[in-house]
Amino acid sequence: MLSAATMPADPTITVDCLVKIYGKDVAVDGISFALKPGSVTALLGANGAGKSTTIATIMGLLTPTSGRATVLGAEMPRQRHRVLHRMNFESPYVDMPMRLTIQQNLTVFGMLYGVANLPERIARLAAELELTELLDRPTGKLSSGQKTRVSLAKSLINEPDVLLLDEPTASLDPDTADWVRGRLERYCRERHATVLLASHNMAEVERLCERVIMMKRGRIEDDDTPERLIARYGRNTLEEVFLDIARGRTDAREAAQ
Amino acid sequence: MSVQENEAVMFSTRRVLAMVLRYWYLLRSSWPRILDLIYWPAVQMLMWGFLQLYLNQNSGFFNKAGGTFIGAVLLWDILFRGQLGFSISFLEEMYARNMGNLMMSPLRPVEFVTALMVMSIIRLAIGMVPVSLLAIAFFGFNLWGFGLALAAFFLNLILTSWAIGIFVAGLLLRNGLGAESLAWTFMFLFLPLTCVYYPVAVLPVWLQPVAWSLPPTYVFEGMRALLIDHVFRADLMIEAFAINVGLFAAGAVAFFMLLRSARRHGTLLQTGE
Repeated sequence: MLSAATMPADPTITVDCLVKIYGKDVAVDGISFALKPGSVTALLGANGAGKSTTIATIMGLLTPTSGRATVLGAEMPRQRHRVLHRMNFESPYVDMPMRLTIQQNLTVFGMLYGVANLPERIARLAAELELTELLDRPTGKLSSGQKTRVSLAKSLINEPDVLLLDEPTASLDPDTADWVRGRLERYCRERHATVLLASHNMAEVERLCERVIMMKRGRIEDDDTPERLIARYGRNTLEEVFLDIARGRTDAREAAQ
Repeated sequence: MSVQENEAVMFSTRRVLAMVLRYWYLLRSSWPRILDLIYWPAVQMLMWGFLQLYLNQNSGFFNKAGGTFIGAVLLWDILFRGQLGFSISFLEEMYARNMGNLMMSPLRPVEFVTALMVMSIIRLAIGMVPVSLLAIAFFGFNLWGFGLALAAFFLNLILTSWAIGIFVAGLLLRNGLGAESLAWTFMFLFLPLTCVYYPVAVLPVWLQPVAWSLPPTYVFEGMRALLIDHVFRADLMIEAFAINVGLFAAGAVAFFMLLRSARRHGTLLQTGE
């Protein structure tokens, strides 16, 4: 449960004693955390750790079995329509309509999110993400790097206060991935947006995130800054910490403690 | 609640328009999709039209009942294509793996359903207007000559098609593409029961109450009364409308229950089998 000590003032996202059970499978087992405004946090864990379930609940796609998730003060999913226009997300596992051009896709999503001065917003976003020359091209005819940039444009179209990212650079070459991270960093800095990121790329997490929540079998295994986690486990990289937790090797942490 | 929050929570015609625009862009970009809207209704109409011609030449009764087959096939297509137009637009989101984007956007379910209803009318218009003109050219059968009766027939048929479409959309959200075949075949259950090509009296007595519980039955009986007896049965249309209101409400309730169940079971993002 969130205590006054762990609860930041006026948190953007709170997850309190969240439980999600599918039949006999416990996907999320009573986790609690709160994210302060403008923070960039990674939710990490091996496959099946409960990250996607947690993020889906925060996005209002799932009704928790018990406990609650709130975003900007609205309980999800019950009050989601109060805040969905201030949120957005990006995932390589959800596509944009392939036959529509980039311009058409951004127009549709801009209208859905109630974006004012939409043509100007699309033009500015396209310029920032180097999509201007491609605006009339069907989304299905783009390279995976270009598609990621379009997804990113969609996720930023409403200048969200809360951004949920699910492996934003998966399957991208290092150069494009680095470019995407740079854009995300700039957006967070300029908009003071709160970001929750799920990723398997530890270098990405170290670069973007000030806080890491490690999940294992539906529970929070650890929660701290990347630097402190690395120090606590006596490791050199976050990837090594991740492997320690995923494989149940917590001796290093215990020894350090 | 702020003004922006208020706007987000209220029904938004802008978001409905955004979805209609999304499907319009898709239709415009794909000529096979447009051809598909016209091709099968035209084939059906021609086949039944020629059969009717043949029967007219060889049977006194059918000579008197001119146009019932063509009329029936055109009205059946309004019912069937209305539902299909609704369901296919919905399926396009699942094929495109775009449902997650929509479900996490401010689009409200009621706005999504409204956009699908608008699209079913647009798709019907693209398919049925040319086919109804072909019916005039080939067989001298003028569906538009029904006048106000056509409006009553259309209203009742489209309401039934939407009720079924909404229910099928709920099943798709809850069960994923495993329920896809229902989108294509559900309406065929109505083909024998709603007495599209024959009067209700043909059915066994025990089956007739089932037929009369379905709104399209009243429409097809009404069409035959108009073509054979030259009488517009307003009573049938009113009864059909009353049942349609109940059917539509039941479809909407089922949709929202299935959507809630999908949220509980985590199937909103699993759009596969």
